[in-house]
Amino acid sequence: MIRFLAIAALSLFSAIPARAAVDIQEVTSPGGITAWLVEEPSIPFVALEIRFRGGTALDAPGKRGAINMMTALLEEGAGELDSRAFAAARDDLAAQFSFDVYGDALSVSARMLTENRDQAVQLLKIALTEPRFDQDAIERIRAQVLSIIGSDATDPGAIAARTFSEMAFGDHPYGSSGDGTLESVAALTRDDLVKAKARVMARDRLFVSAVGDISAEELGALLDELLSDLPATGAPNLPQAEFRLGGGVTVVPFDTPQSAVRFGHEGIGRDDPDFFAAYVVNEIFGGYGFNSRLMEEVRSKRGLTYGIGAYLVDSDYANQLAGSFSTVNGSVAEAVEVVRAEWARIAEDGVTAEELDEAKTYLTGAYPLRFDGNGRIAEILVGMQLNGDPITYVQTRNDKIRAVTLEQANRVAARIYDPEALHFVVVGQPEGLETSN
Amino acid sequence: MRLIAIFCLALVAALPARAEKGVTAFTLENGLEVVVLEDHRAPVVVHMVWYRTGSADEKPGVSGVAHYLEHLLFRGTDDLEDGEFSRVVAANGGTDNAFTSFDFTGYFQRVAADRLGLMMEMEADRMRDLQLSEEDVLIERQVILEERNTRVENDPGALFSEQLRAALFLNHPYGRPIIGWKHEAEALTLEDALDHYRTFYAPNNAIVIVAGDVTPEEVRKLAETHYGPLDPTPDLPERARPQEPPQLAERRLTYSDPRVAQPYVVRSYLAPERDPGAQEKAAALKMLAELLGGSGATSVLGRKLQFESQVAIHAGAAYDATSYDDSSFTVFVVPAQGVPLEDAEAAMDRALAEFIEEGVDPEQFERIKMQLRAARIYAEDSAQSRARRYGGALTSGLTLADIEAWPDILQAVTEDEVIAAAQEVLVKRNAVTGWLTGVEEETAEVQQ
Repeated sequence: MIRFLAIAALSLFSAIPARAAVDIQEVTSPGGITAWLVEEPSIPFVALEIRFRGGTALDAPGKRGAINMMTALLEEGAGELDSRAFAAARDDLAAQFSFDVYGDALSVSARMLTENRDQAVQLLKIALTEPRFDQDAIERIRAQVLSIIGSDATDPGAIAARTFSEMAFGDHPYGSSGDGTLESVAALTRDDLVKAKARVMARDRLFVSAVGDISAEELGALLDELLSDLPATGAPNLPQAEFRLGGGVTVVPFDTPQSAVRFGHEGIGRDDPDFFAAYVVNEIFGGYGFNSRLMEEVRSKRGLTYGIGAYLVDSDYANQLAGSFSTVNGSVAEAVEVVRAEWARIAEDGVTAEELDEAKTYLTGAYPLRFDGNGRIAEILVGMQLNGDPITYVQTRNDKIRAVTLEQANRVAARIYDPEALHFVVVGQPEGLETSN
Repeated sequence: MRLIAIFCLALVAALPARAEKGVTAFTLENGLEVVVLEDHRAPVVVHMVWYRTGSADEKPGVSGVAHYLEHLLFRGTDDLEDGEFSRVVAANGGTDNAFTSFDFTGYFQRVAADRLGLMMEMEADRMRDLQLSEEDVLIERQVILEERNTRVENDPGALFSEQLRAALFLNHPYGRPIIGWKHEAEALTLEDALDHYRTFYAPNNAIVIVAGDVTPEEVRKLAETHYGPLDPTPDLPERARPQEPPQLAERRLTYSDPRVAQPYVVRSYLAPERDPGAQEKAAALKMLAELLGGSGATSVLGRKLQFESQVAIHAGAAYDATSYDDSSFTVFVVPAQGVPLEDAEAAMDRALAEFIEEGVDPEQFERIKMQLRAARIYAEDSAQSRARRYGGALTSGLTLADIEAWPDILQAVTEDEVIAAAQEVLVKRNAVTGWLTGVEEETAEVQQ
């Protein structure tokens, strides 16, 4: 044991590579579209990541689920190609396109071979600008979405997440599933989907990154070819969502052996001067791997769960400090008490200097390791743009982590962890636990 | 029409075969095999130790012990306290985890390349010197039971899969769940875990895979320093599991659970796997799985059941080619609302019969081969995925030469070989067909 500790301690002082080894360029196309690029010619393909800010939250009133369904239909036929012809064309090129959407953004991920990149770009372009929304494709996708909504209605984890969101955000789009309901999805028309696309897929909502075998000049031309036909503006932004859920417990009865638990309260935004301190403190509390306080207390010491974490969720219109775990019905009451006690302990006592040092070492050491593949780097770069980070963020991020002092960490811990405000939604048949406010 | 013309060209444009770069292998005197997969794009390394033992190597009555032991390896050695392994990895900016399957158990860390020696030192330590307290062992048993609850007991689809697999394998331990049957996992003891550990955890039963920003020379030096001094186990058991008898009778089962909102039908056939020096039949089955169910819109099942008719909202096929013993080939149909499972299964059977009758669509066949060639390029982007692919193949009895040959063998598969493989494997007496359903009243309620 002593042998390892000595080696580990050394690492605090020796040189973990502190900087990610990537050279990020900002590329502006002749037509004025901006993207972040890392040139990496060693493998003959490029990873392209596109985001449209404002995901399913931008659904028009009464049209819940329209943006989700529209996104799924982007690869179901475009231009002169129907659904199967589009898929065949994509597969002929061995291009990989994936279209996805969540509350705050619609994402398009593409992997394109160097040898046929121009053709792949043409194909992706028609998916983004000329999707057909054929009626047979609409009905096929509608049936799939309805099936997913039905399955989520009997999935304890999904019920917990949905119940928590409903109680926290009410009528704001954050208060309901972006998939929509059986009723809202059944009522969607082709016209609703066309309008949904116009709300979110516009150039004023656009962020792009590219990593791989492509030059800045080639990327500039690609951006104009691919994206300049999109409309200039989409729907306006929404008002902030008010977090309305107070402290307490909500039990949703469901017949299953293991209860699913979702917990949390209001969080802290990325634009808050305390955000980095909060991020480091929460890493100690509910973050990294097996080493967080929650994992230690709930899993390692007591064997009450397979996994537990707590996360700062900084969304566009609300911030949460939330987490989840599952445990057998007979253990829920005990596990809830342990989480509550840890919440109170970190609010009152903060973290130790040793914990803070360990978390900083982990966070600063792990950061450059994320940059180890074209696809992964492209995702990080587009995420930075969505967060509003400057292009130099990769070079300054670790300094911000290191700058967090113990005093600041503990002031922020007292500020953000509020055991009185903590709410648990429990889906299952928990023993000795009832709904309370 | 312009687009279509352009895309047809792609069929002709031949993507050249791309040999895998930077693969080096050597064996230490104590029998430990080491594979180095170089990738110098980022100063990162993935270090993995793969043991040639998994749940199929467990003794009868202690199902889940291989996975339980995997958890316990984080609980301490003569040199490391409970939890210290992961704390040291994190203190060095790294992440770590482990995984258990039927044929292997693996442990890995992702760290800065200059931390490789420390990772090896700790892995070498827990290969031989596990030291556990009775209390930790009991707590960790609760953890694996909670893991089983999360993965299986709370998920009717997973319960259904367990039953299906148990019916597919009449005699082979592949019929037991990796995580263990609940009643056996609940009764696992420290002695059960240590028995598995002493039998199987040894340098001559392990493969170290290092992928990332390293040279083979550096890895060899570090491996000799840290793993070299470990004694091999002289009497490793031969890896001979009970084999399947001839399967003569079709099996059918139905699992009903009120938590099921979307019913579906699955059929799994017993199927041959990739064998060292003989991967051709598995290659034909891999192509068959891609043709039947690879891409929703262009595959046979997708086309016939989702496009030409509206029987299904989802249909597909899967084949696990990499396995030590006989594997499985699976087809499934998720029916559209109002379509009974009986009709969905009949439509699936018709589609399979028509496919064998009609033969392989040459355009789709070439399209799949193009995608497989491209997949090799995309696969180079992740050192960790490469390490996984090598580890999975090597612990399934394949050699580096087999791994290297596999892409070319896939490209060489003919249309006739695919049909022959389908005729041989897609036979109901080799198979189990399962229906997953809700309880009727509950289903009616969800559908209203």
